[in-house]
Amino acid sequence: METRLTLGPLLFNWPAEKRRDFYFRIADEAAVDSVCLGEVVCAKRAPFFDPHLPEVMERLQAAGKEVVHSTLALINNAAEMEGVRALAAEPDFLIEANDLASAALLRGRPHVIGPFVNVYNEGTLGYLARQGAVRACLPVELPAASIAVLARSGLCDIEVMVFGRLPLAISARCYHARAHNLHKDGCRYVCEQDPDGMDVDSLTGQSFLAVNGTQTLSYTVSNLLGDLRSMRDAGVGRFRLSPQDTDMVAVTRLFREVLDGRQEPGVASERLAGLMDGVPFSNGFHHATEGLRMVEDAG
Amino acid sequence: MTRALELVCPAGTPAALRSAVDAGADAVYLGFRDATNARNFPGLNFSRQDLKEGLAYAHRHDVQVFVAINTFPTAGDPGPWHRAVDDAAGLGADAVILADIGVLDYAATRHPGLRRHLSVQASASTADAIVFYQREFGVKRVVLPRVLTVAEIAAINQATGVQTEVFAFGGLCVMAEGRCALSSYVTGQSPNICGVCSPASHVRYEEAGDSMISRLGDITVNIFGRDEPAGYPTLCKGRYIAEGSARYLFEEPTSLNTLSILGDLAAAGVTALKIEGRQRGRAYVAQVVAAFRKAVDAAARGEPVDSSGLDRITEGGRETAGAYRKSWH
Repeated sequence: METRLTLGPLLFNWPAEKRRDFYFRIADEAAVDSVCLGEVVCAKRAPFFDPHLPEVMERLQAAGKEVVHSTLALINNAAEMEGVRALAAEPDFLIEANDLASAALLRGRPHVIGPFVNVYNEGTLGYLARQGAVRACLPVELPAASIAVLARSGLCDIEVMVFGRLPLAISARCYHARAHNLHKDGCRYVCEQDPDGMDVDSLTGQSFLAVNGTQTLSYTVSNLLGDLRSMRDAGVGRFRLSPQDTDMVAVTRLFREVLDGRQEPGVASERLAGLMDGVPFSNGFHHATEGLRMVEDAG
Repeated sequence: MTRALELVCPAGTPAALRSAVDAGADAVYLGFRDATNARNFPGLNFSRQDLKEGLAYAHRHDVQVFVAINTFPTAGDPGPWHRAVDDAAGLGADAVILADIGVLDYAATRHPGLRRHLSVQASASTADAIVFYQREFGVKRVVLPRVLTVAEIAAINQATGVQTEVFAFGGLCVMAEGRCALSSYVTGQSPNICGVCSPASHVRYEEAGDSMISRLGDITVNIFGRDEPAGYPTLCKGRYIAEGSARYLFEEPTSLNTLSILGDLAAAGVTALKIEGRQRGRAYVAQVVAAFRKAVDAAARGEPVDSSGLDRITEGGRETAGAYRKSWH
């Protein structure tokens, strides 16, 4: 089966120019078919990048990439809802809804369901597909067995996140601001200091989590290189790479090579480790165990 | 003010149900003894026979019973969730509290006469989301996620006309409910799939010299000094190191308590108050329900509310109005 790669939305708060240049390079060099733009975590960040959006979209589309606009994971007030409404009013955009309020706005037209919507079973997937969802990127904690059931259901295209820190929780409270003894309303955008999130360690020195504003992610980086082929065989046609502050072009090539049978997962995984600066991998969710674990005999 | 806020009270056991009814609950919520509800703890919850008897007791005292079926069915195996809805309907429950779209769809289609509430686990935080659930599945009431200020709740009530129920007392989720995988990341047990968070089966306490280490799975959640009470290692209430200093990064071990803002919640158009604590014993339930009964009735008569009544039983002796106040965010 033919497989496609998606570059997920950038979850972290990179400076606008860095973000723009990142997408320019993705457009020119990355082995991805789709690219998700849009702010998913904190509406306060969006205005900085908005001026660059048209040129980034143009560059990506000129390179033959499908552009998808992702919406906020947690819509917290009426002003944020208005932002989503304005986006949904653009008839030509393919939009990825990350909550049900956004999905409701897109009813009757083709759209994508994002990983922050709780799609755990075929009852929910079937309902969303009847509303117009053509693709669903599944929640990160879904195990392989559930992914296979949903992929085989044929209700809509299934996408699975296979690389990047795992988004574990979203809150109304900003922990980045809190760690800097600031309030969310006067946050001074301190999240910009941590392009891969702020490290959170346990009191006994275990690397545990990464905080990204109101979002909490895993410290480990999800790596499902060893599971790509079994997912493909189960009918999963799309795989999502979530941007981290590393050579993402090289990351996309490694996943493409494994899917194309040009590289063994083990070798690709070693090369991927070389790009991750010692941050450990995990694949536990996929193997129905603790999410932080790396099940070594995968694949 | 004349309208009293409805008091929706927890029952993890038949004994707690009777205590809540006797202490003045308007409604009791409970779950079946399996993974179909979000408090799937060993030794808790109701068999079908327990529910039948509990319904009889509650209805005799003019108290309603809501059945929480608020986890997300496993792909390929929706049967237990569908049976839970069928049995709640068959036994005469007053409402079911649902989170999953597939289950809502099933309940609305198969049991149109069964009242449907939207669980907090569905995380409907906007008027648009609430209207969606009302329009598509005939939801009559929404339990609001603990991410909204009182002003935001008032705006939602004005915009939707759907009844809202808000958390009034007890444990405080600091993450948006139904969208948190911290517990499954550390233990493999997911609130959404298994109905458990930071499960006791994975808790360990370990003495180390003068201190006590609490762990969940392999992760150190806190270290307590000799003079500190060792709290339960719920992941989001742990002490962690960020930016070079150890702190309660997400939230202190604290309880939500809204006794001091009951008037504000009523003025915001809230219909019902939910007391958290299906894992609590019947004495706790009786004490909290009685205090809220008194406070809610006083507020409805326009009298001052004694907001100190529950100070001794809040977690760590500390309490917060949580997200209801803007300063929490």
